[in-house]
Amino acid sequence: MSIDIDTARRVAKLARIRVEEDALPALAAEFNAVLGFIEQLSEVDVEGVEPMTSVTPQRLKRRKDGVTDGEMQDKILANAPDAREGFFAVPKVVE
Amino acid sequence: MSDLNKLTLSAARDGLRAGDYTSAELTEACLSAIEGAGALNAFVHNTPEIAREQAKAADARLAAGDAPAMCGLPIGIKDLFATKHAPTQAASAILEGFKPEYESTVTSKLFDAGSVMLGKLNMDEFAMGSSNETSTYGDVISPWRRGNEDTPLTPGGSSGGSAAAVSADLCLAATGTDTGGSIRQPAAFTGIVGIKPTYGRCSRWGIVAFASSLDQAGPMTKSVRDAAMMLETMCGHDMKDSTSADLPVPNFEAMLTGDIRGKKIGIPKEYRLDGTPDEIVKLWDDGAAMLKDAGAEIVDITLPHTKYALPTYYVIAPAEASSNLARYDGVRYGHRAKLAQGEGINDMYEKTRAEGFGKEVQRRVMVGTYVLSAGFYDAYYNKARKVRTLIKRDFEDAFAAGVDAILTPATPSPAFGLGEVSDSDPIQMYLNDVFTVTVNLAGLPGISVPTGLSSTGLPLGLQLIGKPWEEGDLLNIAHSLEGAAGFVSKPEKWW
Repeated sequence: MSIDIDTARRVAKLARIRVEEDALPALAAEFNAVLGFIEQLSEVDVEGVEPMTSVTPQRLKRRKDGVTDGEMQDKILANAPDAREGFFAVPKVVE
Repeated sequence: MSDLNKLTLSAARDGLRAGDYTSAELTEACLSAIEGAGALNAFVHNTPEIAREQAKAADARLAAGDAPAMCGLPIGIKDLFATKHAPTQAASAILEGFKPEYESTVTSKLFDAGSVMLGKLNMDEFAMGSSNETSTYGDVISPWRRGNEDTPLTPGGSSGGSAAAVSADLCLAATGTDTGGSIRQPAAFTGIVGIKPTYGRCSRWGIVAFASSLDQAGPMTKSVRDAAMMLETMCGHDMKDSTSADLPVPNFEAMLTGDIRGKKIGIPKEYRLDGTPDEIVKLWDDGAAMLKDAGAEIVDITLPHTKYALPTYYVIAPAEASSNLARYDGVRYGHRAKLAQGEGINDMYEKTRAEGFGKEVQRRVMVGTYVLSAGFYDAYYNKARKVRTLIKRDFEDAFAAGVDAILTPATPSPAFGLGEVSDSDPIQMYLNDVFTVTVNLAGLPGISVPTGLSSTGLPLGLQLIGKPWEEGDLLNIAHSLEGAAGFVSKPEKWW
């Protein structure tokens, strides 16, 4: 499986990372090096093997579905690049 | 008394309790060592005000006879741990200026036990790297040098700042985190001890996430005793991490009896890689002989899927990273790119992430995005999860056959020069973790112990791998190996 420039462009878009058009060929080459390395996995016979979901066998703990924390709007907004009137502020989303 | 910063954690604990010196004196010794070690670039955010305040409180508790385990002991904290109101940016430009409003569970436990925080330690960006060359703060320089050369060497990574700081006696111990070898490889490169406990031993809450199914915190220390003591404080169940184990934490230090008679130590044949330097092979053979002399039985074992561990890791870790790092979008914290007239929210995301993430982080996020994308999810991600099951099964089979611990080299080489590996393709750098990454995939505890020097005078370490939740037994075997190897070398001060 080889990654072409169109695929590299699409992956960058999916990852929401701006990659300039002239940097795409090098990026595709890097992807191909990494994917060539992980291609070795195709040799392994995994017939009947379950994919791992949890490295230590455990049942996730349950707790009552109740509010245990909150009332800290100021703390949550303290690190925001732009916060106004108690909200995170972002550029216009809908036209 | 001078040189208090050179003490081990356990010696300093005993000295504080005996009244030989105060935590304030110990803390000042470390602060001045840090001040004189700017050339190493290990500490990147110093917190002397916090340290002096904590030392004062610790001295009061010591005087009152109410001193918890780590009372008054000055340590460094890897920049990956959220520390309340102190800079925390995972060595990334995307978290520039971030000061958490909360404390990670592990650092809370350390501070509740009386530890003193000297500052935050440099690391690879988001813990992605094996040489501490991907940090936004710049490279960490190892305190070690090859013979009389002045070539700057890597301390290893990703916990490179922690390793350099402990090795250079800037602090008594440090926290690290390990996703594929990030505690054990830098510990081996700098002649110190580093343990990654069983997955689930330490809460991950408040530790900046890289690959959640692999990440674990652990101590980096000057001795196995120190590792036992500090690990006990860091461990324990936490409701805020759903994968945190609800198991009692033993007194690890009390388990260091030095008696390993009858223990069965496995030597995996798959770790004898072509091209491993002779001195690493000899170090490994010598280590096995030391454990045998101490009364252990040495047995050959097989871990047949070992060669697939790195490719498995380089699917699973980037996949999880691409998901975890989606949160850095310029909305809630950290960097936000400046937008041109008419640019919208997607431009904000894309420009913010292009400016904020370094090259290696971008590469891994995009590889992760690719292996999780429609059409490739089964071929790459699910395949890797199945191979991971097989890698774990290899270890289970070895333990079921009666093996108590497994001995391997910690790294395939001594520390290399900065730029020597990073300038080649990324795969060469990934190969550094060949002996350590299996342990994360299987969720097992692993410890790196310094046992010798290379022909160029650099530290070399061996790794011991234990059974799940058997850190106490593992530390005891490591303690025996440490005693037999008698590694006492320190870097000669040039900084």
